[in-house]
Amino acid sequence: MSRSIALIDVNNFYVSCERVFNPKLVGKPVVVLSNNDGCAVARSNEAKVHIPMGAPWFKFQQIAKEQQIVALSSNYALYADMSNRVMHILNQFSPDQEVYSIDECFLDLSGFQHLDLLHYGQQIRHRVGQWTGLPVSVGIGASKTLAKLANNCAKKRPEFDGVCDFNQLSPKQRNHLLADLDVGEVWGVGRKLAARLKTQGLHSVLDLKQANPDTLRRQYSVVMEKTVRELNGTACLDLEYVVSDKKQILSSRSFGIPVTDINSLAESISLYTSRAAMKLRRQHSVARMIQVYIRCSPYRSGDAFYGSSLMVSLPMASDDTRILIKHALSALKEMYRPGFNYAKAGIMLTELQPKSGQQQDLFAPNQDAKSGQLMMVMDVINNTMGRDTLQLANQGFKRPWAMKQEHKSPSYTTKWGEVLKVS
Amino acid sequence: MTTRSNAHGGRRVGAGRKKGTVLKEPTAVMRIPESQKPLIANFLAAYRRGQSIPQQDQPTVFVRPIIAPVKRDWPLFSSKVAAGFPSPADEHVERRLDPTEFLIDDEEATFFVTIQGYSMIDSGLLPGDKAVVDRSKNASIGDIVLAVVDGEFTIKLLAKTKQGEPRLLPSNQSGEYKPIEIKDGMQFEIWGVVTGSFRRFK
Repeated sequence: MSRSIALIDVNNFYVSCERVFNPKLVGKPVVVLSNNDGCAVARSNEAKVHIPMGAPWFKFQQIAKEQQIVALSSNYALYADMSNRVMHILNQFSPDQEVYSIDECFLDLSGFQHLDLLHYGQQIRHRVGQWTGLPVSVGIGASKTLAKLANNCAKKRPEFDGVCDFNQLSPKQRNHLLADLDVGEVWGVGRKLAARLKTQGLHSVLDLKQANPDTLRRQYSVVMEKTVRELNGTACLDLEYVVSDKKQILSSRSFGIPVTDINSLAESISLYTSRAAMKLRRQHSVARMIQVYIRCSPYRSGDAFYGSSLMVSLPMASDDTRILIKHALSALKEMYRPGFNYAKAGIMLTELQPKSGQQQDLFAPNQDAKSGQLMMVMDVINNTMGRDTLQLANQGFKRPWAMKQEHKSPSYTTKWGEVLKVS
Repeated sequence: MTTRSNAHGGRRVGAGRKKGTVLKEPTAVMRIPESQKPLIANFLAAYRRGQSIPQQDQPTVFVRPIIAPVKRDWPLFSSKVAAGFPSPADEHVERRLDPTEFLIDDEEATFFVTIQGYSMIDSGLLPGDKAVVDRSKNASIGDIVLAVVDGEFTIKLLAKTKQGEPRLLPSNQSGEYKPIEIKDGMQFEIWGVVTGSFRRFK
């Protein structure tokens, strides 16, 4: 008996969230911009014809004006809250859930095969739609890879009405759909891999499905072999119920205005490090390495370009904001060159390990016990009273370099002062 | 000899069919007329099937424990356990009242909005009040609803005309606010049902 794995995602998630609270945007071309209003990261169907995904926004402002495209800054507080609501609702339809990203999750429906899963899928769409106002698509298949492709069909082919169950199609019907899909649509097949497959004559998903898995393993990797088996209905990838701890933590932003002095850079690096350190402590890990980078904008013509990154190894793995900042700033001093307009800075914590079972160093100074207590107090205060209530002074207070968010919608669901006002 | 023979025969501990293995509940022995035996056997077989078949018509809803529960102060014991006389009140400790629980039925489907203007004062909605909007409820005639009319949000009483068209009524005796008639070509949607409201004085 083949399994029934569903992949459910929200259509144009960021734009759809904005539309729930601003119905005037319905039917209009809308794009949501990345941090600092840099690129278009989400587009409504109406905007897709004019704006490519990830387009640098400044290049498209003329087109946006001509086509009356509404551009919004990203409102992550809103998207995160709406995502939590959707995921909790979806969890009501199966206890076996893997939240795969902010707007998509896998549900194992194998235990529900006594029901009509097309009808069940419509119930899912209806409940999420009614409760949150967000449109979702449901794709069902015998493996995760097939579920993703079924979801693709559910979204792009109106005849499925938002729910596509590959298991209920005949092999001929299924192959017909797969023949119509580009091989690049397969989960895990990126642009480069797709190009390589095409040189071998594997153009459609069906071509890949009918290829010999053993040959492909030798030519590519065991991952590719698994993909082919998954396409043929053998579930090789199980649902991952528990979110595994991150292997690295990244914190970076573009600046709102170009930054030239080292003090502003130091403030921003300190701030990003403290954000990352808080995430590090939340997953009970310590970091052994910290990577710091700064760079100028590659888009500002006329400006001299400089960019550099430096990896610092800590004498002792740590989760103490103060120690991490100290090393991040020493890296910054090494890299900094005056006379450039810096556009972006960031840090990455790597070589993460669980805090328990940490190897002590006989010669290095150990992290003292009070450090843990101090960090805990800092996290508790910041969690309950708001981010940056308690902070180290070197993170800066005014932050003139902070990111640009000129078109952000209100935090409709997370701030009392910003909920909808209705008469 | 008598003592030895007493050690044999009789009931053996742990013998026989385990309780509840067939019918998932304790059973009792009963004498029945032989003529009725097939009838009773049929009944029992049907009863067993009923126990094992999932009820198809019922919605499949799971309640899962929240992994990171919101911290609330619910007293477990009000007095410390000491080697003395325990507090007689300990057995009567109940969960402290929680306004969230009072106001919200379905957390995932509930949103808050701030009331503006006086169009709903006769229903007890004053400017500045927070209204609780539940999207999981289906609106009925007579409900206070958050509706969207031609892209604008409004909170009004849901009514219908003689022709069955939706109509939104203000709740203000002054007559200053006019009912909103939904006509053909107008965009109209019920966003959610207003299930409650709250305000602070200080």
